[in-house]
Amino acid sequence: MLSSRGFSIDRLRVILGVLSAHNLSLVKNDRLLFDKVNFSLDAHGLLYVKGPNGAGKTSLLRALIGLHEIEQGEVHFLQANVLDCKTLFHQNLVYFGHKLGLNLRLSATENLDFWCKQQEQICSIDTIYSVLTQLNLVGLEDIPVAHLSAGQQRRVALARFWLKESACLWVLDEPFTALDSNGIDLLTEKILSFLSSGGAVVMTSHQELLFNYPKQELVLEYRI
Amino acid sequence: MSPIIALFKRDLILAYHNRAELMQPMMFFMLVISLFPLAVGPNAATLKIIGPGVIWVAAILSSLLGLERLFRDDFQDGSLEQMILSTTPLPAIALVKVATHWLTSILPLICLSPLLAVFLHLNEAMYWALLVTLLLGTPLLSLIGAIAVALTVGLNRGGVLLALLLVPIFIPLLIFATSAVDAAAMELPYTAQLAFIAAMLLFAFALAPFAIAYALKVSQN
Repeated sequence: MLSSRGFSIDRLRVILGVLSAHNLSLVKNDRLLFDKVNFSLDAHGLLYVKGPNGAGKTSLLRALIGLHEIEQGEVHFLQANVLDCKTLFHQNLVYFGHKLGLNLRLSATENLDFWCKQQEQICSIDTIYSVLTQLNLVGLEDIPVAHLSAGQQRRVALARFWLKESACLWVLDEPFTALDSNGIDLLTEKILSFLSSGGAVVMTSHQELLFNYPKQELVLEYRI
Repeated sequence: MSPIIALFKRDLILAYHNRAELMQPMMFFMLVISLFPLAVGPNAATLKIIGPGVIWVAAILSSLLGLERLFRDDFQDGSLEQMILSTTPLPAIALVKVATHWLTSILPLICLSPLLAVFLHLNEAMYWALLVTLLLGTPLLSLIGAIAVALTVGLNRGGVLLALLLVPIFIPLLIFATSAVDAAAMELPYTAQLAFIAAMLLFAFALAPFAIAYALKVSQN
């Protein structure tokens, strides 16, 4: 929609900034999780959402990408309300949540192949295999995901960040949980290279970030 | 088109993996209908009167049995979130899921129905009427049922609620369907009843995908 006017998303996200929230408020189960949250995230920007359990970090991330209904306020992608440019937003987004989005009966390749088709990404099976190899899942590509360990299942889900090259916004909810140190290194490296190529990242984590990168912090408090 | 086809294929593969679970509604359907002649007695005249009703009630109940599974796995493992975040419109996704569900769990029931019609002494005219009402009516069951399933998918043990929500809605369908078969038994025309069921089906086709999509979005909250 926007790109048809002769601008590429790459240029636009530098000029306009990627994601911004304006006076965001959210109520869940009759409890006000947060109100008047504002931020704006530019290309190369990393937003790090902090807060204790139950503060609403996950709900904030889900509200940003439109999975949770927003009580008040607006979320803008490239300065346009996300509700008005849903397709463009989804084309440029990768979300990694608590639920991995993998069907346990299907194998890693079947899951990822389906995901790529769903996202209209042209990924050959060879690409999927090579990404799974990078993630140290050699030999586990074709067995049902249910037979993999928790960490391995998360690695399969993380492969999406390798497969959707066109994305310019990553939203990660506790991505380091259940990963071993090698997995954490792999993901950290991938996040840093994504940021340096102009992507924007929103993430939550209870561990302190192991890498040095200028980040915006958003601290949520637990409210009663 | 490709995301839609991919979803269709995936759901068919999953149905194949789940074939033991898919057998459940079919076994239930078979059992109910084969027990009736034993309980009521083999009197052909009685069976002929209650037959269409029994088949339809059994079809409604067994479709309710399998319906709960429609969005459950995708909701629980998060696939649904990823589908919502894809570029494919959610109503289209919902429609494909309902269609694959109908093909894999309701169509086998319809294929079994000639055998069951013999159990219940239905004559040929009644059987054809029954088949047409089943072919028109069961997609309606699936479409309307999917709305309720989407609404209750976030609740644990939504099964009872599902049945309570749906049974009143299925009553008109049941009345028209059994009255069509009764009319066929008396060698009367039954196009009016079929037209009503077809009208309800078309109405559901047009609106249910949007209602399902909305319910799925709400259940993400």
